[in-house]
Amino acid sequence: MSGNGGHKHSHSENELRAEALEAVLTEKGIVTAEAIEAVIRLFEEDIGPMNGARVVARAWTDPAFRARLLDDATTAVGEIEMVMILEAPLVVVPNEPGVHNVVVCTLCSCYPSGLLGISPSWYKDPAYRSRVVREPRNVLSEMGLELEPGWEVRVWDSSAELRYMVLPERPPGCDDWSAERLAALVTRDSMIGTGRPRLPSEI
Amino acid sequence: MADDKTPRVLDDAGPAAPPRKNGELLFDHVWEGRLFGLTMALYDSGAFAWDEFRERLISEIADWEREHPDGSEYRYYERWLAAFERLVADKGLCAAEDLMGRFRDLAARPAGHDH
Repeated sequence: MSGNGGHKHSHSENELRAEALEAVLTEKGIVTAEAIEAVIRLFEEDIGPMNGARVVARAWTDPAFRARLLDDATTAVGEIEMVMILEAPLVVVPNEPGVHNVVVCTLCSCYPSGLLGISPSWYKDPAYRSRVVREPRNVLSEMGLELEPGWEVRVWDSSAELRYMVLPERPPGCDDWSAERLAALVTRDSMIGTGRPRLPSEI
Repeated sequence: MADDKTPRVLDDAGPAAPPRKNGELLFDHVWEGRLFGLTMALYDSGAFAWDEFRERLISEIADWEREHPDGSEYRYYERWLAAFERLVADKGLCAAEDLMGRFRDLAARPAGHDH
């Protein structure tokens, strides 16, 4: 459709081509304006960590999903109906008794924002990025997360090629909760590894 | 969910990676964000597998680079637009004539009436 002459410069022609696509596809009912706007909102606003929380809650309630998530997170998160775009392939690392995981991007600020929303300012802070690798226990303690002595801390360095997310442990006292209810317990920091999920008594 | 539903992973490096600033997506014009939303919404509806779009995007970028060795005036979302038009035509989602017709109608709007 390019090179049709006229007085329109290329930016304007692109704009009209994009507008024509949207008009024809929405009129045919192939896609809705609401769905388009939902995607745009996802990128314009801080949607927070709700997508990640749903992934965690599903893993807590569905052992087969948990296994698929730990095996191939990039594919497994696609099973959940949500407006979500991965910036890069995803790896989910599970916390277990005796093992705590924490995520950083030592080079810049790579972060799974499709799942966790906009990254917190401290995540981009050079102090966090360098210190959490050298002295993770101290950094976590300063952020209010005390780990039992003897626990292993694994630090995962996100990159352009790979994003990490922590699967926190399910808190006690919510055994019969639905995945929907459990998602409210899952905090952003618990999926970065700098915090724990809320307790049922805290919501 | 369709079996051919490849995971949607936006390239973070290489030619098909969208422009970013501080890791966040960067749109120079409103239509670019709108087109991005349209592409993703159509993907969510199951109309195509992600790799089908990604392959066309990579090929559009490579074609452009071959034709423009100096690389000036490169616009990422212009390539995205071309790739998306091809995808929509190849998948039979809407006919090229329909698009062309609508394009002409939109272009013929009196000045001041397009937004």
